[in-house]
Amino acid sequence: MAAEGHQEHPLSIYLWIWLLLFVLSTLSYLVDYIGFEGYLRWSLILIFMFAKAGFIIAIFMHMAWERIALIYAILGPPVLLLFLIGLMAVEGDHTLLTRINFFGETNFVAQEHVTEEGH
Amino acid sequence: MGSNSSESGATVALSEGLQGFTRDWSADKQTFQVPWGKAMMWIFLLSDTFIFACFLTSYMNVRMSTRVPWPNPSEVFALSFGGEPIPLILIAIMTFILITSSGTMALAVNYGYRQDRAKTAALMFITAAFGATFVGMQAFEWMKLIAEEGIRPWGNPMGAAQFGSSFFMITGFHGVHVSIGVIYLSVVALKVLKGDYEASGNYEIVEITGLYWHFVDLVWVFIFAFFYLW
Repeated sequence: MAAEGHQEHPLSIYLWIWLLLFVLSTLSYLVDYIGFEGYLRWSLILIFMFAKAGFIIAIFMHMAWERIALIYAILGPPVLLLFLIGLMAVEGDHTLLTRINFFGETNFVAQEHVTEEGH
Repeated sequence: MGSNSSESGATVALSEGLQGFTRDWSADKQTFQVPWGKAMMWIFLLSDTFIFACFLTSYMNVRMSTRVPWPNPSEVFALSFGGEPIPLILIAIMTFILITSSGTMALAVNYGYRQDRAKTAALMFITAAFGATFVGMQAFEWMKLIAEEGIRPWGNPMGAAQFGSSFFMITGFHGVHVSIGVIYLSVVALKVLKGDYEASGNYEIVEITGLYWHFVDLVWVFIFAFFYLW
């Protein structure tokens, strides 16, 4: 049993993934720095996020070398969260429409930056 | 049964595919062929996934449903070093620190399996130090937001009131995880250094600690994408 859980792999794998995570983090920061907007921004953020998450889980957490019984038991249940996200998105939309219906469009005015007033 | 379990004990792992999956779940034996400590850590992390997912989903919900514009994180978290403010720079540095710590942790696990006591302990202490640095920078970030920008859980000058409550709850809970991780890492590193695992030669505990630490990094990947970049 000890042999089954034994996760010894060449150092080079970790170093390459490490480097890759740095590159992906830099790229996702650049999305904000360059200032991409709209669908391009959102899709780039999601692609880099899932790539990073995937490499951390698969390589650093050794999921890629585990038995499929463990993989399904851990990665399966979070799929249910998609329902929660979907339901809450619908609910959020409904709340927004109701608020606009009853209170009208926003009359919020952002205040000046507090620090510039010598706060 | 006897021949069955010895068969699946062989190192075929993933290649067995669905058949292996069915057999592991239906056979009258333990399902997860990993040390129990590791299985338990994975199940704990699964439950933690649900907690963070609830936080992030509630953040999505309040951000979608507010009429008031959401403060621009790129500007809120900008920091200037004498010159023009650089957007999100502190958060970017924190991200790199956490990824660096994940790398040193992965190396620690590797040296653990090679039974290299000194290197394993040293790398774990380095990981803990990076974690402590991360928490320190987060404390700085909170202080700046509260004292200078006037952000409160119930409102702020820049836009939607929900910004503060989401921010403090999500990053606060993550910060607590990092802090606990630093303590956990230090305790295990001390035990490694003392030679507690020398006799058995079983350094599984380092990998289990590593799983927790990588998870903390993993959660930050999602927070970084959804809260700071979105």
